Amino acid sequence: MRSITIGESTFSCQPDETVLETLLRGNIQVPNGCRQGLCQACLMRSLDNSPPVSAQVGLKDTLQKQNYFLACVCHPEQDMTVALPNQQCASIEAAVIKKQLLTPDIVQLVLEYQSPFNFFAGQFVNLKRPDGLTRSYSIANIPLAKNILEFHIRRLPNGQFSSWVYDELEVGAQLTISEAQGSCHYLPGRAEQPLMLVGTGSGLAPLYGIIADALAQDHSGPIHLFHGSRDLNGLYFVDEMRELAEKFDNFHYTPCISGEGIESDHVQGRAHDIALSSTETLSGWRVFLCGHPEMVNQTKKMAFMKGASMSDIYVDAFHVIQAEK
Amino acid sequence: MSDSQETSQTLYEKIGGEAAVNAAVDIFYRKVLADYRINRFFDNTDMDQQIAKQKAFFTMAFGGPNNYTGQDMRNAHARLVKMGLNASHFDAVMEHLGATLTELNVPADLIAQAAAIAESTRNDVLGK
Repeated sequence: MRSITIGESTFSCQPDETVLETLLRGNIQVPNGCRQGLCQACLMRSLDNSPPVSAQVGLKDTLQKQNYFLACVCHPEQDMTVALPNQQCASIEAAVIKKQLLTPDIVQLVLEYQSPFNFFAGQFVNLKRPDGLTRSYSIANIPLAKNILEFHIRRLPNGQFSSWVYDELEVGAQLTISEAQGSCHYLPGRAEQPLMLVGTGSGLAPLYGIIADALAQDHSGPIHLFHGSRDLNGLYFVDEMRELAEKFDNFHYTPCISGEGIESDHVQGRAHDIALSSTETLSGWRVFLCGHPEMVNQTKKMAFMKGASMSDIYVDAFHVIQAEK
Repeated sequence: MSDSQETSQTLYEKIGGEAAVNAAVDIFYRKVLADYRINRFFDNTDMDQQIAKQKAFFTMAFGGPNNYTGQDMRNAHARLVKMGLNASHFDAVMEHLGATLTELNVPADLIAQAAAIAESTRNDVLGK
């Protein structure tokens, strides 16, 4: 008999019982619907062993890779420690080793950690300062031999956390970081697939990581990045991106400015409009969208209507937490 | 649903099982989102969740394994009924179901069987 552990509780999974049935019998609240592995309401994550492949059918590939599974069709093959999708688990300490302005509005923050930490470029973590105030930021670098995490933090008007990072956080200070979360990241396989990446403002951070990851894993298909901002203050890494485009024949970079009457040599218009009109069809493409929630949601729908399969669209919408009064 | 499982699973298999469901959902959902008569019911929904639900819908329409009860269908659509969901919207969805299966070259007699199963949920979906 297999045992299922969730939080502090452990239950025995009876023969023929699913993980969902075991947990519900133990009075653990697990959302569920069809109980046939279709509606995905009972999505959970295995924290130790890989779940049975049959319990991962139909999930996004990035979620499969992170050991997510559907509890209603999971007959455990070994003992499992599981969690609900938003259940926070481990956190570690990290020290600020670099802080540098990329534009007047965006700061690059580099943290160094000591404990083991796994992530995919493009995922996000919750950064927590000593008094407990917490915000989510995307990881902009790929896992390297050095234990570092890079973030691009945009200063928001009245942003409690971002203002603190700007004005007070110093090199050497300690922050607490959650484990990496999110399903917007690159996976190898289908190396010849064309990629489209659209980001606004600091939405470039996860995309930058995803592109570095794709190139490091020898992605051979064309990679098209569209980075947009209303004004020049939101566009950064322009030289770095141009250098990357020179170095890799399959990487193409289009910086876009949407504000009126701004003198620049960038393309005039909104990044997602320019991206979507750059190709006849997105059938067979892999699409990554990061940044402003409205842009992300609109473009997700448009990319789907233009032929991209829903399973090939990866998004990270940057929701702004309203400042408390 | 268990009483009709044997005959209905045959339809599911004839149409092509899970692979057919996967092929159908993207085509169907594009038609729905492009249809001004009904796309407002799909605003403000998570598209990934919507695709998962539509897989469940197609599996059911193909007579495949599902555990939905009439009450589940009522609960799931109650919010939409409040928004004004009525028979004309149900008809539009039926139209897209048929067109999707035609596009996938499903034989007409099997389309008719799938349509009949979907049709059987009408009163529950519309909260009648």
